[in-house]
Amino acid sequence: MSNTTESQIPLTPAQIESFGEELDAIRRRVLADRGEHDANYIRKVIRAQRGLEVAGRGLLWAGVFPPAWIAGTTALSLSKILDNMEIGHNVMHGQYDWMNDPALSGKQFEWDNACPADQWRHSHNYMHHTHTNIVGKDRDIGYGVLRMSEDQRWRPYYLGNPVYATLLALFFQYGVALHDLEVERLTSGEAKLADKRKLLSGIWKKVRRQTLKDYVIFPALSGPFFLFPLAGNATANLVRNIWSFTIIFCGHFPEGTHEFTEEETENESRGQWYYRQLLGSANLSGSRAFHILAGNLSFQIEHHLFPDLPANRYAEISTEVREICERYGIPYNVGPLGKQFGSVVKKICRLALPGRKDGVASQPPASVTTADGEEQAVPLAV
Amino acid sequence: MNPATTATASPRRRGIPARRLLDAISGPHGLDRYLEQISPTFVIGECRAEVTAARQGSEDSVTLALRPNRAWQGHRAGQFIQVAVEIDGVRHNRCYSPASPEGRGRELEITVKRHPGGLVSNFLADHAQPGLVLGLSRADGDFHLPDPRPDSILLIGGGSGITPLMAILRTLCSEGYPGPIALIQYAPDPERAIYREELDRLAAENPNFKLSRSYTRAPGAGELDGHFSPAHLPQADPCFTTAETFACGPPALLDAVRGTWANGLEQQLHVESFLPPSLLPVGEPGTGSIRFAGSDLEVENSGASILEQAERAGVPAQSGCRMGICHTCTCRKLSGTVKNLLTDEVSAAPDEEIQLCISAPLSDLVIDL
Repeated sequence: MSNTTESQIPLTPAQIESFGEELDAIRRRVLADRGEHDANYIRKVIRAQRGLEVAGRGLLWAGVFPPAWIAGTTALSLSKILDNMEIGHNVMHGQYDWMNDPALSGKQFEWDNACPADQWRHSHNYMHHTHTNIVGKDRDIGYGVLRMSEDQRWRPYYLGNPVYATLLALFFQYGVALHDLEVERLTSGEAKLADKRKLLSGIWKKVRRQTLKDYVIFPALSGPFFLFPLAGNATANLVRNIWSFTIIFCGHFPEGTHEFTEEETENESRGQWYYRQLLGSANLSGSRAFHILAGNLSFQIEHHLFPDLPANRYAEISTEVREICERYGIPYNVGPLGKQFGSVVKKICRLALPGRKDGVASQPPASVTTADGEEQAVPLAV
Repeated sequence: MNPATTATASPRRRGIPARRLLDAISGPHGLDRYLEQISPTFVIGECRAEVTAARQGSEDSVTLALRPNRAWQGHRAGQFIQVAVEIDGVRHNRCYSPASPEGRGRELEITVKRHPGGLVSNFLADHAQPGLVLGLSRADGDFHLPDPRPDSILLIGGGSGITPLMAILRTLCSEGYPGPIALIQYAPDPERAIYREELDRLAAENPNFKLSRSYTRAPGAGELDGHFSPAHLPQADPCFTTAETFACGPPALLDAVRGTWANGLEQQLHVESFLPPSLLPVGEPGTGSIRFAGSDLEVENSGASILEQAERAGVPAQSGCRMGICHTCTCRKLSGTVKNLLTDEVSAAPDEEIQLCISAPLSDLVIDL
């Protein structure tokens, strides 16, 4: 069961604000320190990705030879993972906008994924990062198909939770592509398909381009051996789907992460916003290579506190964030991939069944906001 | 291959099948994002140039020889280009006028004068060396040698303002222009007179070219003395009343020149001025105006965030979190000085991306919205 009940931290509003100021100080320091080192880092990752992609496509062209097929599929899988996670996700957050390089501009970047980049920027950068883990507002909670929180009312439909989760993992890029469409609001009648025409046409165009490239043109270039690149490309897409699903679901759903209600997050101050981001996120421990392949989303806590700081800085920031959390008695959720993903799987299965809330919902921020009357919005709060 | 069309190529562009196939398989990043991994100048849709030589042109300037890639479209003598330089990971754009003769040649020359405290000019003066790659825009500006060539030409240059005039002079000399050319160069002293030796040589080789100099801090060292004055003209150029005149230099020089050409001679005068961002005026919050270039709308600056001001003006600005994290409102600032409301950082760089929700204007602004 969730450990949320133990973590109703008795922080006073003054403490919350000084906690926020300490995090602001980290942010300011890293902002001032960005430079060539970070530029070299992202360009090195991009160089590796482009190299892996060209090598992968080349080897798959000759994929009729088994070693070439295996090496090519591996290289292309790694390329797609790097492209989507460490490069695409992070660049589109505007983490490298300060470089003023059009090729790394968050607003212009497009990634090797079925989801159109502009729709991703809306559903992810804005909706998910601003309203993180607020049930009813953050559609990353279950992607509109899963029950990931006790605060979502149980329906018989959710008996299929583990099946839906498996399908979502296998076809994750298409799940992400449909994300901004809000399919569940269409089926419930809250939104009309006619209003979504522009989104649909954007998705259609991007999916068509991606499909043409991976499943028609590159296979066709191999002539009679088209089946080998076709299978290699499909496998690479599948590997990337499962990997990104795993990392992303470990970011917000392991045991111990919190969800929030719209009421308790009204008029949040900056300190409270930080506090919510922290309680709603969980980290993964691992090697440097693991963090790069995870797009540094293994530092989900740091990413949610500072979504637009260059991700290569999260590792160094994390020790400070952890120390601050310890001082304030705020839980810092971190564990190895196996443990965190295990608890996500358990949660997916558990929530397939109707369950009482047992008081495990999400009181902490509410207790903070109401602890002392004079709490009010800091400039630039939501 | 035509670089002008590849620069704006969209995935749906109709073109030769091979090119469309390359676009399809190099998507979504585009062919150049792969080609640049081979060599930074090996791109087809973007003009980039490699520095092939750097030499000190005068005490406080450096002259760079550039070799642009095939996307370079050439320039007319007198026009400027925006040069993109990366310093500590950040790309900075500055305007420089090529000093090389006009045309589409693959050799380009710019001269960069150090500005006290100037980030880009000092970086180039100290660190530019063969192999450095710079981004180039297309050549632009109305300040250029007209076609057909005028009957006589007067050039007036101060400081680094000599560079576009050098392009004009070199072009005229190389094409054997027969009319009289006069040049008045203003510099503090001979050591800081850019292109001094080459100008002397051109004056010796071309009987139709008359060179006059005034060293403002070394009286007596040149043919003229002091800052620009109408009294310099008859001495420097016997046909100054009819000559097509090109003046480039600091604002004070140009103001004086404009004053002299005010009485019905304006038609003959062409002027050009650039100011490095470090010399741009910084005002108080709440002064100046904001121009939204895409909407062709100008509003008085109220001091609020640019996003709020855009929304109040009815400019269609995208926005999201309104607290500086989601970058939905990021937009290109074409010119002007802004302050980041979160970090208090002040930036005057032209052509840079800013977050509208946490930026407030400190001067007249032009926003690409």
